Amino acid sequence: MTQTTLPPVEKTQPVSAPHGKISDRSKSERKLGWLLAGPAFLVMLGVTAYPILQATYESLFAYRLTDPANREFVGLSNYLVILSDQLWWTALGVTLLITVITVAVELVLGFALALVMAKALKSIRPVVRAAILIPYAVITVVSAFAWQFAFDINTGFVNSWFAWIPGVSADTDWFGDTGTSLLVICLAEIWKTTPFISLLLLAGLAQVPEVLQEAAKVDGATWWQRMVKVTLPNMKAAIMVALLFRTLDAFRVFDSIFVMTGGANNTESVSFLAYRQTISRLEIGLGSAVSVLLFLSVVLIAALFIKGFKVDLASARGEG
Amino acid sequence: MTEVPGLFPPHRRGTAPRSARSRAPRRLAGAAAGVVLASTLAACGGGESGGPPTLTWYTNPDSGGQAEIASRCTDAAEGRYRISTAVLPRDASGQREQLVRRLAASDASIDIMSLDPPFIPEFAAAGFLADVPDDVEERVTEGVVQGAIEGATWDDELVAVPFWANTQVLWYRKSVAEAAGLDMDEPVTWEQIVTAAEDQGKLVGAQGARAESLTVWLNALIESAGGSIIEENAEDPADIELGLTTDAAQRAAEVMNLVASSDAASPAFSTENEDASATGFEGERGGFQVNYPFVYARALGAVEAGSLEASVPEDYGAAVYPRVNPDEPAAPPLGGISLGISAFSPDVDLAMEAAECITTAENQAFYFVNDGNPSSKAEVFDDPEVLESFPQAPVIRESLELAKPRPQTPYYSEVSGGLQREFHPPSSVGENTGEAAAELIGAVLRGDQLL
Repeated sequence: MTQTTLPPVEKTQPVSAPHGKISDRSKSERKLGWLLAGPAFLVMLGVTAYPILQATYESLFAYRLTDPANREFVGLSNYLVILSDQLWWTALGVTLLITVITVAVELVLGFALALVMAKALKSIRPVVRAAILIPYAVITVVSAFAWQFAFDINTGFVNSWFAWIPGVSADTDWFGDTGTSLLVICLAEIWKTTPFISLLLLAGLAQVPEVLQEAAKVDGATWWQRMVKVTLPNMKAAIMVALLFRTLDAFRVFDSIFVMTGGANNTESVSFLAYRQTISRLEIGLGSAVSVLLFLSVVLIAALFIKGFKVDLASARGEG
Repeated sequence: MTEVPGLFPPHRRGTAPRSARSRAPRRLAGAAAGVVLASTLAACGGGESGGPPTLTWYTNPDSGGQAEIASRCTDAAEGRYRISTAVLPRDASGQREQLVRRLAASDASIDIMSLDPPFIPEFAAAGFLADVPDDVEERVTEGVVQGAIEGATWDDELVAVPFWANTQVLWYRKSVAEAAGLDMDEPVTWEQIVTAAEDQGKLVGAQGARAESLTVWLNALIESAGGSIIEENAEDPADIELGLTTDAAQRAAEVMNLVASSDAASPAFSTENEDASATGFEGERGGFQVNYPFVYARALGAVEAGSLEASVPEDYGAAVYPRVNPDEPAAPPLGGISLGISAFSPDVDLAMEAAECITTAENQAFYFVNDGNPSSKAEVFDDPEVLESFPQAPVIRESLELAKPRPQTPYYSEVSGGLQREFHPPSSVGENTGEAAAELIGAVLRGDQLL
């Protein structure tokens, strides 16, 4: 397969640089680096590492918030309870389904929107960009309510507008079973977060060197050939980063489910399961264990992307 | 030296957010001002400086009645305390979540809280509620309907002050009942109203959504059939005995399925909550519904707003909750609000006094008329003003006498959550549902399963 990308730039090293030893200058640079990044690093430790460690610690106890006296160390048994429960696997399945569907649709839609934004006439470009970005600026709970009201059997307009579609009638209860509930949840998620993915892809599009496009044009490549052979290969890093961010985000879906179905009809996601154990049932131990498992899933996804698909986070920022 | 006029005007003190932390500096400031004044005036009686303590009352959202009662009681206290209100989330489980999280952290900024009865045992068992002294208990339970007292009791002790009591009644369209030939002066059964509604092409509204309202309905059905969700309570959650496989529970499941799978159930029955039932009842297919008294005030409000014909609420009739078995009286759901006094409040005695003031018959009558929430005191139902605003008051009172609370246990959210999982959707409820729910709840309480 012939793809056209720019040759990788070799990082040049000064010939005189001594190997193995750290010069005074790079030592002081390293020190400056720590000084600059240190405060942010400490804040990250405080707001991220500490809660993660605390949750991991709590997950080893049978601990109910209203009954602190009977707190008891139970080792890994909370994890055993969760992993042997059908509810966890159903929630995991639902979460994966929502993630795969929304990310796939958003990638295609987001790419199309990015092309529109990139190619739109200069005069209307700001308007187009703002219009595309509006859904992303809407608070998720608000967007979830808007979609719920639209599809609601009593207050919604969807049933009367789309009655011509087979299977839709005035009596269609969208939130009455799993499939249709998930459809509406996915639609709301897609509407809301496509702008995010298209924004990342727009940045990738801007990075495709114009010279390559022109060279391909001169060679007589069609639009489609240029897209497949030039644009996409040059955007690979941006696409992978967009996919990674959106997948991690989609895996933690909560708001739409909370608002639209409250987890009824098997529409519960993993984060909703964690919420219910911790906040509703006040079972801090069990809930922390679900959260830790959710965290591990997210880490696994990130590792798969970065190792498996060789996503270079630095290259997406144009540092490669 | 209690009052330092001009320096700390009472209205400013009242609006300032009150917490344990903010109170101390204010006291200090008051004391400092006192020292200055004392040195100039050189004569003043003793006493606590900083003005009267402000009690914070966490209320459930209403039409402003609780805030008005708070200001009335502030006036009646004549400077001994002030009550300010803070509003909790809309739904009962959200209210519980917020209060539990704060109380588990010993939040001293809560003095009085409006509690939904099912959560009272949990709060009491966790030591969040201050003991109600015997003399207060005697006064606040006088003339109160039995159900409301039971709902505020845990471990044979009154742990909260009954405020208002709610119950569901059977609402019917007079025209529909007449056309179907139902005599609504006599007790009716679920079978009768379903058949009548099917014949007339009308709806029977009940709460089939997977929410607390489903537990309310199921509990009323089981209690009406002579059973109980919890047969035997226990300290250890693993030993709680459930009555979900009894004949009464089977009969309740039968009725639930009958209603949900009949033609009289709305197409959205599995997501129907109290509001959806009320909307269906206001519409063209409105026939019957079990619901709280608020639906009448709601319909009148809609008429005033111009979105409903005045003839619709005129067609509303109310009767006692439908029976499960023709020869056994119904056990309508019991709801309402009791006032819990936080064990972490710095002014427990004053908070008790305030709770007594809030729950006087006069204030309950005001609340009934203003917010449509029925009183827990029987005498209020004879109040002429109440009778004028609520023609259904006698039915509500009769219903309150029959009403049974939901299962009382510190593990209520597990029991209710387990029931909601197995008994939803109501149209799938069958003879094995009770057993499945009992197994699930047992496993969850033993910590063997998630919920």
